[in-house]
Amino acid sequence: MSGFLTALAIMAALAILLGAILGFASVRFRVEADPLVDKIDAILPQTQCGQCSFPGCRPYAEAIAGGEADINQCPPGGEDGIRKLAELLGVDFKPFDEGAIEVKPKSVALIDETTCIGCTLCIQACPVDAIVGAAKQMHTIIASECTGCELCLPPCPVDCIQMVPVGTTVANWKWSYPVIPIKVVKA
Amino acid sequence: MHAPYIARPTTVSVIMLKVLLALLPAIAVSVWFYGIALLVQLTLASATALLAEAAMLRLRGLAIAPFLKDGSALLTAWLLALSMPALGAWWLIVVATLFAIVVGKQLYGGLGNNPFNPAMVGFAVAMVSFPAQMAHWGMPHGPLDSSAQLAWIFSRELPAGLSLDAISMATPLDYLKTQLLLGGSDIASLKEAPMFGHIAGVGSEWVALAYLAGGLFLLQQRVIRYQAPLAMLAGLTTLAVPLWLWQPAHYVDPLFHLVAGATLLAAFFIVTDPVSGPTSARGQLIFGFGVGLLIYVIRVFGGYPDAAAFAVLLMNIAVPLIDQLTRPPAFGKRKRAKKADQHA
Amino acid sequence: MSTLSRFHGGIHPPEFKTLSNGTPIATPPLPAQLVVPLSQHLGNPAKACVSIGERVLAGQRIGEADGRISAAVHAPTSGLIRAIGPHAVAHPSGLLQDCIVIDSDGLDHWSAPSPLPNWQEAGNDEIRTFLRDMGVVGQGGAVFPTSLKLGVTTLEQLIVNGAECEPFISCDDRLMRERAAEIVDGIRIAAHLMRPRAVLIGIEDNKPEAIAAMRAACAGSGFEVLAIPTLYPSGGAKQLIRLLTGKKVPHGVRATDMGVQCFNVGTLYSLKRAIVDGEPVVSRILTLTGNLARPGNIEARIGTPFAHLLNWAGMQADNEGVIMGGPMMGFDLPGLNAGVSKASNCLIAKSRALFPPRPQAMPCIRCGECAKVCPAELQPMDLYWFAKAKDMGRAQEADLFDCIECGACSYVCPSQLPLVDFYKFAKDEIWAAEREKKAADRARMRHDFRQLRLERDKAEKAQRLAARATPAPERSAAPDPDKAAAIRAAMARAAEKKAEGGSTPAKTPLSDDAKRAAIEAAMARAAANKAARESAVSHAAAPGDEAKRAAIEAAMARAAARKAAQSAEADAKGSSDSAAGVSPAPAPKPVMDADKRAAIEAAMARAAAKKAAQSAAADAKGSSDSAAGASSAPAPKPVMDAEKRAAIEAAMARAAAKKAERDAAQKGDH
Repeated sequence: MSGFLTALAIMAALAILLGAILGFASVRFRVEADPLVDKIDAILPQTQCGQCSFPGCRPYAEAIAGGEADINQCPPGGEDGIRKLAELLGVDFKPFDEGAIEVKPKSVALIDETTCIGCTLCIQACPVDAIVGAAKQMHTIIASECTGCELCLPPCPVDCIQMVPVGTTVANWKWSYPVIPIKVVKA
Repeated sequence: MHAPYIARPTTVSVIMLKVLLALLPAIAVSVWFYGIALLVQLTLASATALLAEAAMLRLRGLAIAPFLKDGSALLTAWLLALSMPALGAWWLIVVATLFAIVVGKQLYGGLGNNPFNPAMVGFAVAMVSFPAQMAHWGMPHGPLDSSAQLAWIFSRELPAGLSLDAISMATPLDYLKTQLLLGGSDIASLKEAPMFGHIAGVGSEWVALAYLAGGLFLLQQRVIRYQAPLAMLAGLTTLAVPLWLWQPAHYVDPLFHLVAGATLLAAFFIVTDPVSGPTSARGQLIFGFGVGLLIYVIRVFGGYPDAAAFAVLLMNIAVPLIDQLTRPPAFGKRKRAKKADQHA
Repeated sequence: MSTLSRFHGGIHPPEFKTLSNGTPIATPPLPAQLVVPLSQHLGNPAKACVSIGERVLAGQRIGEADGRISAAVHAPTSGLIRAIGPHAVAHPSGLLQDCIVIDSDGLDHWSAPSPLPNWQEAGNDEIRTFLRDMGVVGQGGAVFPTSLKLGVTTLEQLIVNGAECEPFISCDDRLMRERAAEIVDGIRIAAHLMRPRAVLIGIEDNKPEAIAAMRAACAGSGFEVLAIPTLYPSGGAKQLIRLLTGKKVPHGVRATDMGVQCFNVGTLYSLKRAIVDGEPVVSRILTLTGNLARPGNIEARIGTPFAHLLNWAGMQADNEGVIMGGPMMGFDLPGLNAGVSKASNCLIAKSRALFPPRPQAMPCIRCGECAKVCPAELQPMDLYWFAKAKDMGRAQEADLFDCIECGACSYVCPSQLPLVDFYKFAKDEIWAAEREKKAADRARMRHDFRQLRLERDKAEKAQRLAARATPAPERSAAPDPDKAAAIRAAMARAAEKKAEGGSTPAKTPLSDDAKRAAIEAAMARAAANKAARESAVSHAAAPGDEAKRAAIEAAMARAAARKAAQSAEADAKGSSDSAAGVSPAPAPKPVMDADKRAAIEAAMARAAAKKAAQSAAADAKGSSDSAAGASSAPAPKPVMDAEKRAAIEAAMARAAAKKAERDAAQKGDH
């Protein structure tokens, strides 16, 4: 009986000691994990277009992290973006809802400078300050900064902004994925 | 078509063909000593392998012709048939080959993707599942003629007056192991037994030398590299020499180990398999050495008389790790970043 | 005599050099039209400095170097500028690039040569600028502007690359055989600039005539001609440096940091022509070989259409396309309309006999042959595996970017895999991802900054409104709108002055940012002016909502003016941390200085005021769809839960309006 009690006592003492060590370690050596929001935000394309129904990429990232939004709400990110989010969050890939969201080729806005009346409305709408101009002065887009979010289109009273797809040039042309035909082509 | 527009004409088929060619001397010597039973086993294995490969390719929706032509299935079949007892029942080789091709190779993704040597997978399965069948090795110039061998393989019928013991015998490795376990006398007297020849088995030592000849041909053709075979033989010797020097009565001489059993077959045809082995020269040295050590350990201290298959399979498991640790640094770079280890 | 090192790997492909190296360099007739690409070098394309219809002479500069990493281009012959614009170029994509199309007048009149006869006395910078303007670029393949490679003034070894290891190509061979003296003159100039301790000339030993010619030309110069074993790719710069000096230049390290620099013989030849003879790069030696009736080497004018040259050399009926460059690293020309550029070293007409199709590709069997021949000491089968799985991270970790795309791995691959295609694919994907990430980061930064600004303005507005709720005496001190407008105008002037003065001192070398900042400042000034005007006008129009609105605007303007004044004062005091004082929040753009920020704030204040007024108006009218009213205003985030925002804004505006009403009433009392 006393042997049993001794064993019990030793085990209990060990448990308390180890528990204390673990508890101390978890406080002392706490590793600040990368905030999930930042990681999600890093994947999002930063168009700040609001097509996800959130006011910008970061709010959407926060919503995903908080479980309030799905990962398939970002058309500019494309399916590739969904895949990356799925991988990050350890959830299944989820395609865009049928017909709900239209994935467009990357475009930049172009202001028809002869039509522009210089109302500055688009300047106020641009989430990344990529439009320069002044009241009653012609406006123009800084193409290299334009994210193609299309937020400048609705406010324009004279519809002088159009989206121009970014074409392939020698500078951004990519070598295509090599095709090795060893699969039987099924009819 | 893109650059390079010119290429060396060597193809996978050519490589496999050369390996098959290098096996021919050993096959010829085997047939000379043991009769046509081996040819029957080779035929059975080849047919099974090709059929299984074709069926699997079809199931996977891949083109069949180019993969059958690459000769890799045939090579697996031949290696398997050569490592199994020639007088084994027909279904034994068929089951082993099926397992080798279907599970050992195709289920892992087919050519180039199998982590284990398919032939050794088939052999190990047969060894573990049918140990009794796998112990029936023929004796050189045995009592069975060709038709009797056929009858035995396909229907397990023996000519009148012959028993199983009369047509088969233990291999020298098996005999030594059993006798030493039984606390038998010293090696020198054991080697007086009829199955011993000049160095190792009475017929099998010549087959082993034929493997060596084939291996040298492959080396000369640059189909295989010297690192893995050399390291394997070195590994085996490393353990065999000191133990033999210490207790020559209890541990058989290193030369016996080098020639006996499947040592030379493994050295030149199994550990040189590029798919399931490491790629760098240093990696191949480590891999071969490991196989050599394991062969000796299992032979002498383990439960099986021969050990090539298990040693190779065990080292196959270590290949990704070996590859990771032996990756040479790129041109002009000193040492690879430790980061690579994170993906292990 | 230096001893040779060796590099890892390498292959011995069939050479096919005798097809073209037996005949002297020929000169084909001038074509009727030449297509001169503006981008024949690494870096920024040249800027066209001629106009359509202009008559040019041979050697006349038609494109100017644009920036530091660039080179000029010149008219290869005399004629008329027909077009400047997109045209087919020698690029695997078949995409168009800007070219200058010249109609040759057939006279080949030359402009007066402008050599640099006193180059021995000329400064390093002078020579380098001269070379840039003469369009001298590396002719070994990378077309890196030569002027940039000459920037180092102390060097251990100067390497001259005459290896020419690719099969079929023999242009450097012929050049060395026939014009060795001029190449050696070029070496002298380079050696004069870079002061190397040794000059080593590496030539593969399959070119004994070239070696003999170069040795003869180098006699007494101290330059050492070394015959190196024929082994592809010994002509790769890193491999040749390794061979001749024993040094391994890793990826990402400049050769000059290790005391070596490498020049192609063709480059040194054109360098000599430019400096001694005053002849810009308007032609180059080019090998025409393969399935042709008269293969050989030619001196081709830059811009000569490929079709013209190939027809001259006798295109065969069974031609199956043309390779630009060698068979190991070249690419299929998408068309033959493009013109010769400074990078064009070889055209190979293909036939089925010369280039039979590759056997069926099979899965990789990890045989390790590729690793055995890889001159970059990589594990190509691993790279292939990662690239195939699109695992770009691990591909990069496996040193994908150390790959020089020499094609040796693919050449020996028994599985007949197009390995280099996979590496090119992976590299392009990684570069594209990098570009996208950079763009996204920039967008995030700009967006964050904008959000910050909007929030700060909102907070300030709320503060002001709170301040206005305090007793009247203080309010009486507030200036009337006209005064505010005047102050604002003054502020704007001050800002303008400061912007002019302040944006020029180069706090940062990024002229781009400075420019943008200046534009923004100007914008903001204009906006401020307009606000002042507007506030005056709306003040005049008294009735109803307008009064409220004007009052609010006036308040906003006052606050902004006060703020701007503060910042101006701080600035005037010369306080270096004025920027921090004005905006306690971390400014993402360090270039933005205080005055500009103040101006922007003023503009923002105006916009906010306008918006508030609008929503207040909608509210006052009792219109139920105040939300719609608010969101139709230029809200920065229209799609976002607009209703909530609108509600908040409406509430704020109501409060503001109430206060404004009270203000107006009190003012009326006074």
